[in-house]
Amino acid sequence: MQNKSIAQLAADLRLRTYSSVELTKHYLERIARLDPRLNSFVTVAADSALVAAERADQMLKSGEAGPLTGIPIAHKDIFCTQGIKTSCGSRMLDNFVAPYDATVVEKLAAAGAVVLGKTNMDEFAMGSSNETSFYGPVKNPWDETKVPGGSSGGSAAAVAARLCAVATGTDTGGSIRQPAALCGITGIKPTYGRCSRWGMIAFASSLDQAGVMARSAADAAFLLDEMAGFDSRDSTSANVPVPDYVDALDDGIKGLKIGLPKEYFGDGLDSRVAAVIQDAIKEYERLGAEIVEISLPNSPLSVPVYYVVAPAECSSNLARFDGVRYGHRCENPEDLEDLYKRSRAEGFGAEVQRRIMIGAYVLSAGYYDAYYLKAQKIRHLIADDFKRAFEQVDVIMGPTSPTTAFPIGDKMDDPVSMYLNDIYTIATNLAGLPGMSIPVAPVDGMPVGLQIIGNYFDEARLLNVAHQFQHATHWHQAAPAGFE
Amino acid sequence: MQWETVIGLEIHTQLATQSKIFSGAPIAFGAEPNTQACAIDLGLPGVLPVLNEQAVTFAVRFGKSIEAEIAPRSIFARKNYFYPDLPKGYQISQYELPVVGKGQVEIVLDDGTVKTIGVTRAHLEEDAGKSLHEDFQGFTGIDLNRAGTPLLEIVSEPDMRSPQEAVAYAKKIHQIVRYIGISDGNMQEGSFRMDANVSVRPVGQEAFGTRAEIKNVNSFRFLEKAIQFEVERQIDLIEGGGTVVQETRLYDADKDETRSMRTKEEANDYRYFPDPDLLPVEIDADFLARAIADLPELPDAKRARFQADYGLSEYDAGLLTASRELADYFETVARDSGEPKLAANWVSGELMAALNKTEVELDASPVSASMLAGLIRRIQDGTVSGKLAKQVFEGMWNGGGDADQVIESQGLKQITDTGAIEAMIDAIIAANPAQVEQYRSGKDKIFGFFVGQTMKQSGGKANPAQVNEILKRKLQR
Repeated sequence: MQNKSIAQLAADLRLRTYSSVELTKHYLERIARLDPRLNSFVTVAADSALVAAERADQMLKSGEAGPLTGIPIAHKDIFCTQGIKTSCGSRMLDNFVAPYDATVVEKLAAAGAVVLGKTNMDEFAMGSSNETSFYGPVKNPWDETKVPGGSSGGSAAAVAARLCAVATGTDTGGSIRQPAALCGITGIKPTYGRCSRWGMIAFASSLDQAGVMARSAADAAFLLDEMAGFDSRDSTSANVPVPDYVDALDDGIKGLKIGLPKEYFGDGLDSRVAAVIQDAIKEYERLGAEIVEISLPNSPLSVPVYYVVAPAECSSNLARFDGVRYGHRCENPEDLEDLYKRSRAEGFGAEVQRRIMIGAYVLSAGYYDAYYLKAQKIRHLIADDFKRAFEQVDVIMGPTSPTTAFPIGDKMDDPVSMYLNDIYTIATNLAGLPGMSIPVAPVDGMPVGLQIIGNYFDEARLLNVAHQFQHATHWHQAAPAGFE
Repeated sequence: MQWETVIGLEIHTQLATQSKIFSGAPIAFGAEPNTQACAIDLGLPGVLPVLNEQAVTFAVRFGKSIEAEIAPRSIFARKNYFYPDLPKGYQISQYELPVVGKGQVEIVLDDGTVKTIGVTRAHLEEDAGKSLHEDFQGFTGIDLNRAGTPLLEIVSEPDMRSPQEAVAYAKKIHQIVRYIGISDGNMQEGSFRMDANVSVRPVGQEAFGTRAEIKNVNSFRFLEKAIQFEVERQIDLIEGGGTVVQETRLYDADKDETRSMRTKEEANDYRYFPDPDLLPVEIDADFLARAIADLPELPDAKRARFQADYGLSEYDAGLLTASRELADYFETVARDSGEPKLAANWVSGELMAALNKTEVELDASPVSASMLAGLIRRIQDGTVSGKLAKQVFEGMWNGGGDADQVIESQGLKQITDTGAIEAMIDAIIAANPAQVEQYRSGKDKIFGFFVGQTMKQSGGKANPAQVNEILKRKLQR
């Protein structure tokens, strides 16, 4: 059951081959048995999942079911869920239960999806290895000594290990695509504003975007169909019509123009990763695509720009966690300042504190122009690079991450080396563009992701391009040993 | 040494919208603590602000009323600081690009001269909640009902040179925001709060002195006293060899003094930056046109028109345009009675006195504009004398019905029957031969005695013009 696509599961549910309750129990059993090895879930919501599954079975019986009705999914623990704890991977919110659902959660619930639980993540989505979580690191199901990537590492590991059919994630600088690459699954970060941010705990508001982590582009299309769309509760959500992503999957890609940015194939890219990426591109050529070399000259600046903009926004976004109204509060505060200092020092981990301090610094009087304002200017230049590129090509391809998954603990003492993991993914967030990662041939048994970047609101084409590759190859079907 | 005072004001006026500036929660005053705060106002994780369009409309209306530039594109920024009644750890405000740019208002000084005061800018922002330090035994209570209430912060140029000018300016702004209906201006409820930046400099010196900011003054009287105190404090300080430090001060009305709250060194670095949760506010020609479509006549224009159309003095016109309600009341009386000058006298005289004495608001006045107009018509057509009209007014005020009903029930109708007046006068002449003799021998002043006697005899009801005419005629003989 756990290897079936959403289309197959939906068909089986309709034919009553098994019920949603049976399917849900199957996944809950797998989680109970296998997740202790991975730590991919922070909260398993078995009771509410079974209630939702029963309701889905009713809908299936009465013929009101949609394609997601009864399908067991998992939400990254950054999405607020009414009645289920939303921790954001932080001690700060270890006791927090939101009184509302995020729009994405609400929409998927309305589509009949069954929520198995909430997945582990880097604390407040700050990290590329899932090691900054208050709930401990998540392990990569392909090699449990390695990281799954981050920050949506729990969702990536859970999907790869077949602990849920599909999961949500969020991506601020690569947090969907990089863990998707490292865990051998398909992840899509839509255009900024495509999915509502309402109820999604903010890390860097101008970069955050919700997306999907799935075993295939087709599965991702089913989920994105339900998640995307304008939301009046989010001023930055885009009022742009949502096409049918599933419908577009089967379009041919003959004549597709693929841009390869030379900056994405230079120093720092593992040569074995480069080789399997080149093989994947050759596969696209076989499928009728045309390859064009392009340049994104400002892309080397994207990591430094990101590490000004994202911390600046996070330093302000995380100010609300002050121990006053909810969340962690220190014991016996002496006075207000003590309450603030200790609650925040105890509630936030080291990486979060580091970014808050960087952010406060770059926004402070006398430094604002040199850092924040300058970063915003370069951000425009980075977006302009892409704009010029998309005058020539339909999609841009390259590696998602410079290496395969690295050992747990390897980079925790070297933040800059950790930050460079996102060197290929960050620019799309800065520009607001949609990006995907799909698995290609592994290196030494570890997954490698091919990144596909599209123009604004061109998610349908991204999913189509990814699906055509997956139609012709089998890499996306590989399951880690012990989790088949 | 001669000192010159320099004052600039920052006025926070609460906008009379239905709901908060970034959420749908209501903004009614006086509700139970924390009952008018939704998830957005509480700053829960994952919530997002959505701008209330009405607040922007109100800001635009204000901008147009002070001849200001309206920014076609303005930006909301975050002002970051920690305080328990600031749920998000930042206040959403406008910083670099406010919605209302440079404008100006005119104030009339005591000597009648008109002075123009520049308005630097006006920007939209959200209010914070309230910290309640009493009643919690060593703890502080937080009420977030007010959090997210829309404010328009109106910043003046340092154009005022005395506490009186500052008060005149503040009153002018208060008058405008109430006229155009964007704020109730209720000072007790905190809908109109003033911060004064005060400095002194030797007369003739161009550079400004170091300023102190007096925070959160909520009455015009306190504003005047607080500035007065602060000016004297600064002059004493400098003349005593000290220097003024840039700081924030609070005015204590009980002690009539200002005292230091925090100095510049303790001031926060607010780390302003554009709020990434909100799009820039774009104001196009359509929005602008809709926002100001029903903008009422402004006080200055109304005052000029009252002078021109009704022949009122500048003083009366100013008095009667103090509020839109009063001006409307006056215009109704003037129009319905056809006697603008009498209307002005009655509204600014009897009516205002009665309202002040009984502390009744104009909209609750027992004497409506049409009732007062009815009285004036009765004065005009001779039914009641000017003197007795005051009695009629009192009767109306005390619920005796309209002018005609009061005149009827209290028998205040003027006596215009020539025969009746003649009879009265004949009797008086007969009873006072000595006075008649004096008059006839040339002592004109005694005429008043006969008028007085006649009026007394008639209970004040005899028509004075007729009394005069008949007395003159009869006394001649």
